[in-house]
Amino acid sequence: MIPVESYIALSALLFVIGGIGFLVRRNVLVTLMSIEIMLNAANLALVAFNRSGFAHVDGQAFAGASHTGQLFAFFIIAAEAAEVAVGLAIVLSLYRLRRTVRSDEADLLRN
Amino acid sequence: MTLGAAYFYVCALLALGGAVSVVVSKSPIRGAMGLLLLILSIAGLFLALHAQFLAAIQLIVYAGAIVILFLFVIMLLGPSASTPSDRRGIVGRTVGGGLFGLVGLGTLWAVVRGTSGHMPMKLPEPAFGGIDAFGSVLFGDWLVPFELSSALLMVAVVGAIAVARGRQGISSMSKAEIDAAKLGGEEGP
Repeated sequence: MIPVESYIALSALLFVIGGIGFLVRRNVLVTLMSIEIMLNAANLALVAFNRSGFAHVDGQAFAGASHTGQLFAFFIIAAEAAEVAVGLAIVLSLYRLRRTVRSDEADLLRN
Repeated sequence: MTLGAAYFYVCALLALGGAVSVVVSKSPIRGAMGLLLLILSIAGLFLALHAQFLAAIQLIVYAGAIVILFLFVIMLLGPSASTPSDRRGIVGRTVGGGLFGLVGLGTLWAVVRGTSGHMPMKLPEPAFGGIDAFGSVLFGDWLVPFELSSALLMVAVVGAIAVARGRQGISSMSKAEIDAAKLGGEEGP
């Protein structure tokens, strides 16, 4: 049986990779994908903790075990779909204005 | 190594490879494929964690909708979707990313070092994570957040259409306004 620490370690590694991609890359599409990686890592941690902890309190299973972590992950997935729809619309809008998808070209508010 | 451990390590390696290929790939379409690989392997890990319904949702929403949306936008942008690399601000970017990586890995190291023994992972009851148990909780205690999330998706769709449409909504202008706009464009420099 894989311990929950392995899942949490994998989740932290994925989160770090996504954060580095978010900070280093300048392509807005890649930046959005890095945010996806980070949210997926958070989902993995939530589901892993749900599996290990919340299904058993004091060593015995709930009657109708709690699904709190999985429900959090479910709502994160819904929020993420909304985020991607709006984010890609903003990318298209930026491309229409500046003919580029580099995030440092989006400086219309700079004086 | 047991079969479960082998499954975990295969999925974990695929997820890490997908994530790294998103970050390092030059062309965004390769990045989208890496994201797809990551999503599929995370769905596999969800299956191993007794979250069958979430695994299905992950496949439908991510692989079926989000990655396809990314691919649509990348194809719509064409060659300009991939930006040429330039060295401007490379120092600041590398320092920022390196700091983030160091802090994250340091936290990971501290957490792994601080854990004493393994947290118990007993088998839950068979229905745990299935659509039956999950749905009864979702439509019971979590009904209000569920309805609110549907409102969020509705607002996001309307907002996405409004933002992506931009200034091309000429059909809402009257004919005189269109002519005036055209004349103004011709008289410009």
